[in-house]
Amino acid sequence: MAFMKILIAFILLWPLAGFLFNGLGRNYWSKKMIAYKATGYIVASFIASIFAFLHVQTNGAVTVHYFDFIHTASLTIPFDFKVDALSSLFLLVITGVGSLIHLYSSAYMQEESAPHYARYFAYLNLFIFSMLLLVLGDNYIIMFMGWEGVGLCSYLLIGYWFSNGNYNYAAKKAFIMNRIGDLGFLLAIFWLIAKLGTVSYSEVLTAESIAKLSTADITGITLLLFVGAMGKSAQIPLFTWLPDAMAGPTPVSALIHAATMVTAGIYMITRSNILFSHSEITQNIVAIIGISTALLAATIAIKQNDIKKVLAYSTVSQLGYMFLGLGVGAYSGAVFHVITHAFFKALLFLGAGSVIHAMHHEQDIRKMGGLKSKLPITHITFLIGCIAIAGMPPFSGFFSKDEILAAAFEKNKIYWVLGLIGAAMTAFYMFRLYATTFLGKFRGSHEQEAHLHESPLAMTLPLIVLAILSALGGAIGIPHIMGGHHWLTGQLSTIVSTPHETSLAVSTEWILMGVSVAIAATSLLIALSRYSKQTDEEPSSAMGKFFYNKWYIDELYQKAIIEPLNEFALFLKEFIEKKMIDGAVNGTGKLVQFSARKVRLIQNGQAGYYILFMVLGIITLFLIWFNDITILRFIHTLFQK
Amino acid sequence: MPIEYYIFLCLTLFSIGVIGVLTRRNAIIVFMCVELMLNAVNLLLVAFSKMNYGAARMLSSNTTAGIDAQIFVFFIMVVAAAEVSIGLAIIVMMYRNTHSIDINFLNRLKN
Repeated sequence: MAFMKILIAFILLWPLAGFLFNGLGRNYWSKKMIAYKATGYIVASFIASIFAFLHVQTNGAVTVHYFDFIHTASLTIPFDFKVDALSSLFLLVITGVGSLIHLYSSAYMQEESAPHYARYFAYLNLFIFSMLLLVLGDNYIIMFMGWEGVGLCSYLLIGYWFSNGNYNYAAKKAFIMNRIGDLGFLLAIFWLIAKLGTVSYSEVLTAESIAKLSTADITGITLLLFVGAMGKSAQIPLFTWLPDAMAGPTPVSALIHAATMVTAGIYMITRSNILFSHSEITQNIVAIIGISTALLAATIAIKQNDIKKVLAYSTVSQLGYMFLGLGVGAYSGAVFHVITHAFFKALLFLGAGSVIHAMHHEQDIRKMGGLKSKLPITHITFLIGCIAIAGMPPFSGFFSKDEILAAAFEKNKIYWVLGLIGAAMTAFYMFRLYATTFLGKFRGSHEQEAHLHESPLAMTLPLIVLAILSALGGAIGIPHIMGGHHWLTGQLSTIVSTPHETSLAVSTEWILMGVSVAIAATSLLIALSRYSKQTDEEPSSAMGKFFYNKWYIDELYQKAIIEPLNEFALFLKEFIEKKMIDGAVNGTGKLVQFSARKVRLIQNGQAGYYILFMVLGIITLFLIWFNDITILRFIHTLFQK
Repeated sequence: MPIEYYIFLCLTLFSIGVIGVLTRRNAIIVFMCVELMLNAVNLLLVAFSKMNYGAARMLSSNTTAGIDAQIFVFFIMVVAAAEVSIGLAIIVMMYRNTHSIDINFLNRLKN
């Protein structure tokens, strides 16, 4: 136990130390030093995470207690960390992918000056720390602390190039939308405290606690938790921040907005799966929102021309798949997709970063093309990422996506059909992106063409590692029908209360797989043949325009929410504030001034007046002191005699 | 003599004093009116003192009732004398500076 206590502190404190050293020493250290330190700390954390993972493999879940964070008569919130199958897997993904992305960033951000370079790595280290806090915490409060921390780092990194006003808007948008979700999460925590008086997983997520809660309680709590997940994991209606978050540096998009932070919602729901399993309504809502998001984002991704925007909408779409998995009860399938998605989406983003780097910050895919021979390593790794996300066997995306689709088929055929359409679109837009970027002829300027170069080793090495992981990552969840034993489901059996037992016949499963692969392959080939020679022009059809303009959702929010809110704020400012509150305050002042102007006239320097007022005052005092009856009686007695 | 007569006399004297202070501008007259008010009060105190003493004598032969009012009268006389000396000095100084004893000239501190 003492060993784990030190180990967990070790995992957490390295990134925090990196944040402090890089943040405070940003003016003193050279860029090389900063990059070595920042990356080294995360690698150290990764190594410690491997030890923690192995410890859990042999000894089972461990909870370590440090101190009581809040201690009152009715509520105790301990500062506890828990390492079990779920959190140790997330630990490996976060620190592993995190180390690779730190390494990549050290080359990608080379153009920045040393203080900004250090600021970037400080934020990135702080992000890793917050994310680890989020997955390691043993209660919802610590999870919430990490939750807020990653939101903050996301904001800071989206607005990293703060001299650009649009980027600041994107950062603010991300932060505000996340805050809306966070409010839901916070309310769910309060609800839990009110009903159970505790927020520790070991006490909340038990059969006894469930028995204490009414169905309405469980539905309310899970829905509010889901609102939190919606904000963080970019689901309808809170997803529009994620595409805008691409304003940040590309490695940030890879780490925060694809591999780790956006999957926090899935982690949270998987963690609370006992609660979710007890609410049919919430599960249906989660599944419906998930599949709708998947389809909506996929349709938008088909029409985008910015390399990062396509990947961003693809991320939203894949997150939708994960929520579909959660909604139909395939928790381990969702976690499986989180892990494989972390590999291939980080790979795709880093590959896109490599392309953008080579193209001198050109992000429009219509100006690329033919990069295949110029960027061989980027090309191969990007292709692997595309195949993986399109769901081609035996790459990792195939296994995780198919597990979710099979579970959806069992729950409701409609989910499965919609999921298939989404999968077809995924293959289509990914290969449209691939073909437009890497195949055909180069369409950029001559200057750009002359400068095309493969990225340095620090950038290609993470690509290669992630490509290997994307290709082979599916091995952790090979289904039984393929002769595997699905290692991941076995791992998560202690976490997931009602493990998803497939009741499908073996032949049905094979057919489902065959259908999805066939559909994905068809749309993949269509995309390849269509876009290897030509690019999309501005869409002319109504539907094309609709998708190109992202379903006009930003405009809708602008009209339906932001403008009425602005109007309301303006009303408060102009009427309530200026007329009523200011009026009352200024009115008091004016009244005093006015009466003072009148009253001061009696102080005219004539002693006679002063005496007159003094006498009048004395008479008044007499009248008040001896009330009039007394005086009348006195006068009466005087005149009686 | 009944006490009422004294009270009426004192009220009259006091009122004359007050009205004099309020209406007259000559500092000497104002001053005399102030003295008049003080003396009206003195007279009233003595009258009540005598009344109380008379009432107490009915009950006991050696009483000191009302003696305190007479002591007050002496105090007031002393204070009035001190006040007169200072007040007259002020009036003299005022006359030297302004060649007038009109109290409305005393508004120099205004503003």
